[in-house]
Amino acid sequence: MEPSLARYIWTHTRKQQIWILMIVLLSMIPYFMSFDLPKLIVNGPIQGRGFEQPGAIQPFMRLHYNLPFIGEVQLFSGFQLDRKETLFALSLVFLLLVVINGLFKLYINTYKGRLGERMLRRIRFDLVDRVLRFPPIYFKRVKSAEVATMVKDEVEPLGGFIGDAFLQPVLLGGQALTAMLFIMVQNVWLGMIAVVIVVIQIVLIPRMRRRLIVLGRERQLTARALSGRVGEIVDGIGAVHVHDTSNYERADIAARLGLIFKIRFDLYQWKFMVKFLNNFLAQLTPFLFYMIGGYLVIQGRLDVGQLVAVIGAYKDLPGPMKELIDWDQARQDVQVKYQQVVEQFTVEGLIAPRIGALTIDDPGPMTNPLSAISLSIADDGGAMLLDRISLQVKPGETVALVSTATGGAEALAEAFARLNWPDSGRVASGADDLLELPEAVTGRRMSYASSDVFLFQASIRDNLLYGLKHAPLTSVPYEGAAADQHRWNIDEARRSGNPDLDIHSDWVNYASAGATGSHDLFEAVRRVLDAVVLSRDILDLGLRSSADLTRHTELARRIVELRAALRTRLEHEGLSGLVVPFEPGAYNKEATIGQNLLFGAAAGPQLADKALAANPYFASVLRQAGLDRTLYEMGMEIAEQAIELFADLPPDHQFFQQLAFMSAEEIPAYETLLQRLKNRPHEAVSENDRAMIVTLSFAYIEPRHRFGLLSDELMSKIVAARNRFYENLPPELQNAIERYDPAKYIAAATVMDNVLFGRVGNNHPDAPDRIRSIVYDILDELGLYAELLDVGLDFNVGAGGRRLTGGQRQKLDVARALLKRPDFLILNRPLSALDQRMQDKVLRNVLEEARRDGRSPAIVWVVTNPAMGMMFDRVIVFDSGQLVEDGTHETLLAGNGIFKELLS
Amino acid sequence: MLLKDEVGMLQRVPLFSGIEPTKLKLLAFTSDRVSYSAGQILFRQGDEGDAAYVILSGRADILVDSDRGPIKVAELVPNSIVGEIAILCNSSRTATVRAASPLEVLRIRKDHFLRLMKEFPEMTIEILRVLADRLSHTTADLIDARSAK
Repeated sequence: MEPSLARYIWTHTRKQQIWILMIVLLSMIPYFMSFDLPKLIVNGPIQGRGFEQPGAIQPFMRLHYNLPFIGEVQLFSGFQLDRKETLFALSLVFLLLVVINGLFKLYINTYKGRLGERMLRRIRFDLVDRVLRFPPIYFKRVKSAEVATMVKDEVEPLGGFIGDAFLQPVLLGGQALTAMLFIMVQNVWLGMIAVVIVVIQIVLIPRMRRRLIVLGRERQLTARALSGRVGEIVDGIGAVHVHDTSNYERADIAARLGLIFKIRFDLYQWKFMVKFLNNFLAQLTPFLFYMIGGYLVIQGRLDVGQLVAVIGAYKDLPGPMKELIDWDQARQDVQVKYQQVVEQFTVEGLIAPRIGALTIDDPGPMTNPLSAISLSIADDGGAMLLDRISLQVKPGETVALVSTATGGAEALAEAFARLNWPDSGRVASGADDLLELPEAVTGRRMSYASSDVFLFQASIRDNLLYGLKHAPLTSVPYEGAAADQHRWNIDEARRSGNPDLDIHSDWVNYASAGATGSHDLFEAVRRVLDAVVLSRDILDLGLRSSADLTRHTELARRIVELRAALRTRLEHEGLSGLVVPFEPGAYNKEATIGQNLLFGAAAGPQLADKALAANPYFASVLRQAGLDRTLYEMGMEIAEQAIELFADLPPDHQFFQQLAFMSAEEIPAYETLLQRLKNRPHEAVSENDRAMIVTLSFAYIEPRHRFGLLSDELMSKIVAARNRFYENLPPELQNAIERYDPAKYIAAATVMDNVLFGRVGNNHPDAPDRIRSIVYDILDELGLYAELLDVGLDFNVGAGGRRLTGGQRQKLDVARALLKRPDFLILNRPLSALDQRMQDKVLRNVLEEARRDGRSPAIVWVVTNPAMGMMFDRVIVFDSGQLVEDGTHETLLAGNGIFKELLS
Repeated sequence: MLLKDEVGMLQRVPLFSGIEPTKLKLLAFTSDRVSYSAGQILFRQGDEGDAAYVILSGRADILVDSDRGPIKVAELVPNSIVGEIAILCNSSRTATVRAASPLEVLRIRKDHFLRLMKEFPEMTIEILRVLADRLSHTTADLIDARSAK
């Protein structure tokens, strides 16, 4: 990247900078005119010069020029105005100039703001673009949070400066010069005083600010290191807790913050010191003006109007001067920042842009063998991982790489995936160096999955299809306002040197998954998920999440059929007791009192959880149904029981998971509440306290908690309250609740809850498992299995995929590699988180799936267990970075080499 | 059956008889009430022990696998506890338990049981006493059996 900020800015914004300079220069004309006007007003109409005679008139706006050779030319003889009229006219001209100056300022500020923002966008994009092109080794040394903070925070001030980079010195310099010149014209001696003070300012202030720059650099580096450390703590939170080092981390962060504080405080002290001095110098000048100028006026060598004009002009001098000095400070500051960032982003061996160039059309298959030619790879410390290895993998061949602990097979797989670059020798596809092939070839015709999986924080579907998103394949039709917005987007992207690829286009390359579009892609997805034995997990996720009804219409449409099928099935198997269905006119004993009252799923915050008891409408329904007192007493009873049971336990005790009514943190609050409310009549309890107590009763399930608080009378009252609640539901709550309706899908509930439409009995062991497998059966019978899998695919995997287990992540990674049907499938201990039996199963499935429909990709698999080598055409054994054996499983087994040793 | 009745039942189990009622109530509350119909299996021989069961009502058979199929070695009646050995010793189940009639049990999860023992030493001592008692009985039985040979 360009090391000089000024040149970087000039290269990219030359035209705009010149344009804005022109505008600034143009703006100087009215600016200067506005200086002269006060003098005209004071001397003319106010003091009456030229209007000595009553009724005297003066021409206004007379346009006349003295041209050489021709003499005086009068273009406009002017309006003839008397003294008062002239005063008004001149004042109006003054107002006009104020407006014009203001408009100029507005235009200039807007223009340069936009210029700055565009450049900021360009710099940020350039930086991220470089990150995308860094050689792999670089990422072993940087902390991601530091890179992020550089891109986001450290270049931020550049945006503000860029608009001012060339403009500010010209604008402010121009203003200062204008003001200075004007002072000079009025009075040379007063002008000289101003000049002397300005020179002192210009020399002294930047000198004092040098220390500020040094401190600024330190501040930047320490802040960057801080964000790196914070990122590390977040990523390594497990290690922190496991080793009880949270206090060590606290100390480290506190020490860093202390250092940052010290630097920042130093900065402040200096900054205000400099400010003080600067202000003092600026104020010194008017003092001299008043004294010397006043003296001159008294002496009669200067008229009052002149002095007023000088002082007026001077008012405009310190401002530009101060800003000019500020600009210089900002310049040095951002230059330092820019250099710091550029240094970090200047890396040897950047990947050439052509390697990652956008390619729309799919490249042809890789038909050449993949070979390592005298390949050596060393780790960061210089130890050899691979030592002059030569081997060739032919298209269609399946190869198991078996490795001792220091074997180096992983390094070879990484080299094939271009994640580890050779120190000597090379990896080649046919005659081409693999590193010279565009990613459009290697990224589409080769796949790689390893034990070290990275998933993006998105749905499972997005992560699975991520490997197919190489280029925007469709052009999205935009209409109306959206079309304008789209044009604007493209236009702005180009102006900032950003690519104008449309993120809303369909990027998924269906063809490479063997599909023709989104409608038949699912089949391919399902097959790879089955192959890695992940379908069942995804179905479970689907059951537990709520379906997006805009996408999964089928589920909603056939919900009645589903529920009926479940009932029939349960009855058929004699398991009807397992699920107690929701019935509009009956109390469901296995559900909570809250669920029985609401008989619906809360779709908004108004009626959800703790808010329910406090909702005024709901409270009024309870009152009318005569339940308020009963439920209050019930809540009191529950609070007493819960506190009796749990008050002695430490708040992190696992028993609290059993306590549905309140959390461990709430116990003390309820304890005091109970003390306060005991023996107080129900009427004397405040609304808030009442809600606190009543809400406890909502979580109560008789068969589970067994406090003996539910009577038949209470149950029928609750059912009556339920009906009353829906009868008069106010309009603002219409959308906060979805009433349970046997004939309707409940969007706010999970798929499982929708199918069950009831509650699983609390006192049946293994009921949830049995129900789940029955539900799967039914979904399959009704042809809704795919739909449920699709719901599961919507599951968001969380940051780094952490909402999935390690095994699920690895399976997903393999599925992703399989989905694009590569010519070379490189798998680097891809299933290490699974047990051996599961690994064998997935291995067999993957080999089969990869060869489906007569395809025969080459498969290179770094196996975790040498016995897995049996499934491959060829087994290559590595030991200490050397290729020690190469042959079929049988021949190696027949020999007496390392392979046999490893097997036994 | 309500929580307080369960506490009464638990008090009648020798293992728990010396423990304060409030602790027993906590134990009951954090345990699951589970019902089985006749013939259903509570757990199988060889399974990992994850819970102990207190019989509240009904009867259950203790079966041990043999070459000739399962043999019934004992019967469980209300107020008896079963499965506590496996969760104390981290061993697998030494026998199968099958409901012989409609059965109501209190299922005490292993981690809850162990946690209670840790928290309330008086309960642990009580359990130790009962186990030691059982051991001395077993030893006496063994001596009888040997001397009878």
